[in-house]
Amino acid sequence: MADLTQAVRRAPLTGLHGGSSTVRLTPAAPASHISLRAGPDAVFALSGALGLDLPTRPKGSASANGRTAIWLGPDEWLVIDENGADLVAIAGSSGALHAATDVSHRNTAIIVAGPGAASAINAGCPQDLSLAVFPVGAGSRTILGKAEIVLLRLAEDTFRVECWRSFSTYVFGMLTEGAEDASA
Amino acid sequence: MLLIYCPYCEEERSELEFRGAGDAHIARSTNIAAISDEEFEAYFFLRENPKGMIFERWRHIHGCGRFFNAARDTVSDRFVKTYKAGEPKPDLHPAPATAATVETYEALEGDAQ
Repeated sequence: MADLTQAVRRAPLTGLHGGSSTVRLTPAAPASHISLRAGPDAVFALSGALGLDLPTRPKGSASANGRTAIWLGPDEWLVIDENGADLVAIAGSSGALHAATDVSHRNTAIIVAGPGAASAINAGCPQDLSLAVFPVGAGSRTILGKAEIVLLRLAEDTFRVECWRSFSTYVFGMLTEGAEDASA
Repeated sequence: MLLIYCPYCEEERSELEFRGAGDAHIARSTNIAAISDEEFEAYFFLRENPKGMIFERWRHIHGCGRFFNAARDTVSDRFVKTYKAGEPKPDLHPAPATAATVETYEALEGDAQ
């Protein structure tokens, strides 16, 4: 009798690596994500349930225990949990009026690190990534080439680039080109 | 590249993050079924297309996702003012000066052989 074959889940960028002498591109580990929409009345209760203070200012983000919330719009956040927590259930436990959509399988992320990281991203992204305007902890939805991304600055020379999985090979390619240009 | 001030993100961002969404301050009739065909045509189809100042809706689609309104000069493409959706039309008097020269193909390249 034939052995049972097992379906193995592969992340969209499994095995890919890239970069140049000044930039390192690494696919981020799978994480759970929600797109969170809520009015100002619900921010306090949702912050309590998620265990972090939801940012209410443009380009704001908040992090605690492997969980990050990024301000995308006046009533919209992207929440990422690197430990794979069930964020929809956690947001639901707040008891406040909100909409939480699980987008874990839609999103994937690339970590861009190194002294040329900002230059590599700026190859396709029009945002000003100087530290004065886009400090550590700043996050924003923006565009990279033809793909929409969510950019988060983890450290002075490290960024997390969140993109849709169907765009991930394109985004990785754009960043590879940018990394080569950044070290030229 | 044009920089457009988003009133929700409170900073200037590249035009690549934005998308135009037509004329602003067009009020839908409160009783759309009662208006005549001519009134509906005027509301739905007819636009001014002015030379000079125009009030438009724009959307920061690759940013905060919000619609907002902008006063833009159609000659110079300059954004004079942007303001949040729902806010009244700003008073722009005296009207800001428009670009004195209009750069047309003929003016720039007319003598090129």
